Amino acid sequence: MYPFDYHRAGNVADTLTLRASLADARFLAGGMSLLPMMKLRFASTPNIIDLRDCEELRGIEASYEVVRIGAMTRHVDVAASADVQAAIPALAKLAAGIGDPMVRARGTMGGSIANFDPAACYPAACLALGATIQTTGGDIEADEFFIGVFETALKDGELVTGAEFPIPDAAAYAKFRHPASRFALVGVFVARFGELVRVAVTGASRSGAFRWAAAEDALTESFSIRSLEGLKMDHSEMNGDIHGDNEYRAHLVEVMTRRAVLETLESAPAA
Amino acid sequence: MPTLTLAVNGNIVTREVTSSTLLVQFLRDQLGLTGTHVGCDSTQCGACTVHLNGDAIKSCTALALSCDGGKVTTIEGLAQNGKLHPMQEAFRANHGLQCGYCTPGFVMAAVKIAERLGPNADEETLREEMDGNLCRCTGYQNIVKSIRAGAKAMLENEARDEISSSPQGLTDPDARVCNDAPQTQEQSAERKAQVDVFIENSRGS
Repeated sequence: MYPFDYHRAGNVADTLTLRASLADARFLAGGMSLLPMMKLRFASTPNIIDLRDCEELRGIEASYEVVRIGAMTRHVDVAASADVQAAIPALAKLAAGIGDPMVRARGTMGGSIANFDPAACYPAACLALGATIQTTGGDIEADEFFIGVFETALKDGELVTGAEFPIPDAAAYAKFRHPASRFALVGVFVARFGELVRVAVTGASRSGAFRWAAAEDALTESFSIRSLEGLKMDHSEMNGDIHGDNEYRAHLVEVMTRRAVLETLESAPAA
Repeated sequence: MPTLTLAVNGNIVTREVTSSTLLVQFLRDQLGLTGTHVGCDSTQCGACTVHLNGDAIKSCTALALSCDGGKVTTIEGLAQNGKLHPMQEAFRANHGLQCGYCTPGFVMAAVKIAERLGPNADEETLREEMDGNLCRCTGYQNIVKSIRAGAKAMLENEARDEISSSPQGLTDPDARVCNDAPQTQEQSAERKAQVDVFIENSRGS
């Protein structure tokens, strides 16, 4: 790592004051992406502001309509939350499948969405569930929040404080994981709100997680895997690398979408 | 330089560290606790696994300063009064290692797996739980056996401790003051000097 100065403050207000006093800085949540990137010198910053003491950023609240997760809530806590398991079991399962137990004990929801790794799991959940990302600058709809690879609508010095996930009638996340990193080679989150269906794909595209409009239309018309017959994912937009070329990823998107729809149907048959 | 205070294996230590010092570097280079290994240095292999405030974490991917005020247990802190922890004993008895490089990380992770799941977890679950630890020698077969046996022994030990109602209340491994291994080169030199004096005196008598 290139050298940097380490800072932290006891709450969000003081953290923002601290941030404003520094010309250039990065917030550190669980560090499961930022620290490895700094070690590889993909990322560097003169100042790290550790969020560990911002207790108000931790916690999960569920109402009849939404589940709110604080930005510093760890994956292990989301996975184990009875509220999340009851309201959006697919989201608890998604959190339980990130990385490994040691990564889940440090990594956070807010860190994952603020970083927007193109293969991260949470962005798919945010897009499919139509989450509202809460920041110190206000609320941002997920569709507006995720812009491109490692790029979000966050402005300099703006901090994610949490996210509100609307509770669907049924949902499922099907992930074809990379055997070593456990990131999604392709992950598809399907959520059904009444007849309206949203489908979000991560890991596959060159520009990060995205909504698959054609699949959404077909599934909203009729929620069954039959609706997906003949539906092709355009492979020209897909990522290709040593782990799988773009045609393979496009095919995986189709397969994982079918699996997610089947699982959604098993969890709650279409109305 | 910033100052860091940690309870490491029951000993309170305060040291100056740089901002970018990783927990594993602090443990190995500043405290001399070299049982925690660095394998991949990229959050994958788990050789650097330690316990921080009750969780197994990868110490190559935590800034030392982020752990300030915390309780850390390393592999050196598991054995008690010269007796191996049941999980260590299980790895020994079941030959859960070959070269041993990954073993400290496996044992630290396994203790937490056993605490989470108890002794009856099936093989598939255990292999999934070991996702964050890599072993390039064993093929994992004996590691699975070791974790099963260790989990069983941990439960039996707990039951025995409850019956004998140990006055020291040793169920929390973090609460113990464990080995007083020398932590700096100065301390090592001092320890060596003490041993030399002791040997000299013994000869004289």
